[in-house]
Amino acid sequence: MSVDEHRVALAKSWSAREILAHTRRLVRTHAFRLAALYLLVFAASVLGVLLFVYGTSANFVERQTEATLDAEIAGLAEQYAQRGLSGLIQIVAARSAGDRGDAMIYLVTDPDGRPLVGNIAAWPAGLPTHSASLSFALEKTIDGRVEMRPARGRLFLIPGGYRLLVGRDISDAAAFRGQIRSTLIWAGLIALGIGVAGGAVMSRNLLHRVEQVNRTSERVMAGDLTDRIPLSGAGDEFDQLAANLNRMLDQIERLMTAMREVTDDVAHDLKTPLSRLRTRLEGALADSSEPARAASSGQKEAIRAAIEEADRLLATFNALLSIAELESGARRDRTEPVDLSEIARAAAELYDPVAEEKGFALAIAAEPGTTIRGDRHLLSQALANLLDNALKYARAGKIEIRAFVEGGRAVLEVADRGPGIPPEDRETVLDRFVRLEASRTTPGNGLGLSLVRAIVRRHGGMLVLEDNDPGLRVRLEFARLAL
Amino acid sequence: MKILVVEDDRETATYLTKGLSESGYTVDCAGDGREGLFLATSGDYSAVVLDRMLPGMDGLSLLGALRAAEIRTPALILSALGSVDDRVKGLRAGGDDYLVKPFAFSELLARLEALLRRGAGPTTATRLRVADLELDLLTRTVRRAGTVIEILPREFRLLEYLMRNAGHVVTRTMLLEHVWDYHFDPQTNVIDVHISRLRQKIDKGFDHPLLHTVRGAGYCLRASE
Repeated sequence: MSVDEHRVALAKSWSAREILAHTRRLVRTHAFRLAALYLLVFAASVLGVLLFVYGTSANFVERQTEATLDAEIAGLAEQYAQRGLSGLIQIVAARSAGDRGDAMIYLVTDPDGRPLVGNIAAWPAGLPTHSASLSFALEKTIDGRVEMRPARGRLFLIPGGYRLLVGRDISDAAAFRGQIRSTLIWAGLIALGIGVAGGAVMSRNLLHRVEQVNRTSERVMAGDLTDRIPLSGAGDEFDQLAANLNRMLDQIERLMTAMREVTDDVAHDLKTPLSRLRTRLEGALADSSEPARAASSGQKEAIRAAIEEADRLLATFNALLSIAELESGARRDRTEPVDLSEIARAAAELYDPVAEEKGFALAIAAEPGTTIRGDRHLLSQALANLLDNALKYARAGKIEIRAFVEGGRAVLEVADRGPGIPPEDRETVLDRFVRLEASRTTPGNGLGLSLVRAIVRRHGGMLVLEDNDPGLRVRLEFARLAL
Repeated sequence: MKILVVEDDRETATYLTKGLSESGYTVDCAGDGREGLFLATSGDYSAVVLDRMLPGMDGLSLLGALRAAEIRTPALILSALGSVDDRVKGLRAGGDDYLVKPFAFSELLARLEALLRRGAGPTTATRLRVADLELDLLTRTVRRAGTVIEILPREFRLLEYLMRNAGHVVTRTMLLEHVWDYHFDPQTNVIDVHISRLRQKIDKGFDHPLLHTVRGAGYCLRASE
């Protein structure tokens, strides 16, 4: 497999994974769930309506059959009452004669069950001779073929053991019922199809607009404060939401600008007097006039110590300003492809002699492919801060710098063999001015890790503190830059 | 040599004027951006020390106007803003170096002198020499009194920078910037050990040390008298 083919295969497996991830994301969305629920309710109501239509129309035909049979029986019973058995037989014979096309069945039997008159040859097999309302199958010969056809009937018991059967072939009604059923099933399927399509369009539309809001907020969080959510112009709830969010972003942008201005002003206003203080101290130290030269060496030492103190104060101030500026995160115009392995190698080269001097063994493992998009100087500063910390707190032992790729992410890691940080303190230690030793004897301002976190966040990365067993392992994870 | 100082803070201006005069420079001072631009375009200065925040016209705009007028006087920007972003902005606007306030005067002087030397034109020499120490830029070899000294690549660059600035003070921050391309000061003093290792290689066993530590300022490579 050539390198190119390998790359293509890799890209394909990625896209399959992406599709899966995309589907999973879709299923989790509110819009999708709403559409699914809507579809469910819609399907249930369509099903209800269709069942109702089916039930009533099928019943209507059935009731009509029953009513006809009842009327027929009632009429014949009246005839019998007026004209007796022979009159009844005459009428039945008249009605049975010929095919009137109304599918009526008549049969009169004597007490022994022999047919006297009617349009069927014999008492249907298995038909009880007592109950008043009957369902039975009728043998009928059509074009030489014998067919079993469903029928409904009424029985009229004539005194003296004679029986009158009035029935109706309901095969047409059954066919009608089947027709209705298939029509309704088709109607249901079509309605369901329209429902699914409508739901999909609706959720897509909804998703698209939510996605717009999402994408804009992501870009804003990434530092592009000027981005705004596009309005569809429909003036609906989404437009109102977008307009409100946009107004909020305007306000945030105004505040951020104001904050930056204030920060710059504070830097200027507070650092100027501090600068003067330092300048005066330095001037006093360099003063070559006679009384100044006579100053004791103790006084000069005191001035040097005061200058150092002022420098520390200023360093703290500078670190705070840097963090504030990184966290305001508006500018990212200087990003370029940066290889974390290069950063690691450069830092290792710079720190190796001093580490050795302090009794540490500095080891470096840098893998290829750890290129990310970022600011080289800031990333170097983050790594330098981690190394400063390791040299400060770990006392002695091995310090490892590693740059590698894991799970598609580029990782820069510094691990020492010092006392480490207990799990419960790992979150707070990233906050400003937090230092874990109660005595605060080690020099430092408690801003080192805060600055590292600000730098990592500015790169959209993640800072993880782990146990190196023993010691502390700090992982900086970033999105890899595909080359 | 004439230096122009554009600084609105009177105290800093006085301090700079005094210090630079004592170091043998002629100093003109401007209190705001417009006056600074006027002086810079009319006078013949070897370098400009420029505050970034000025009344009337800020330092970067002044610098932009100056560079637009094809005036290439080396400029050292002073600023209370110390982040890498600000530094890069300053350098992009046409500044040649950037120093965060407050600064030790020795740091400013070292940087200013480095700018003035650079203004004299780049050296095309392939061989640098200080006393009996020789550095060959083509073969990347170092000799002292004719003996080849084994040296690591980064030590070579460190030595090269020191030799190019021979006789002048070079601060730790300058070394971090020019040799390691680190534009911030690590908390650990990483430079001293590099220097002492280099010193081991070039000075050990010789009667006259060349690499000197200047207290409170930095280092200096020079032939001892």
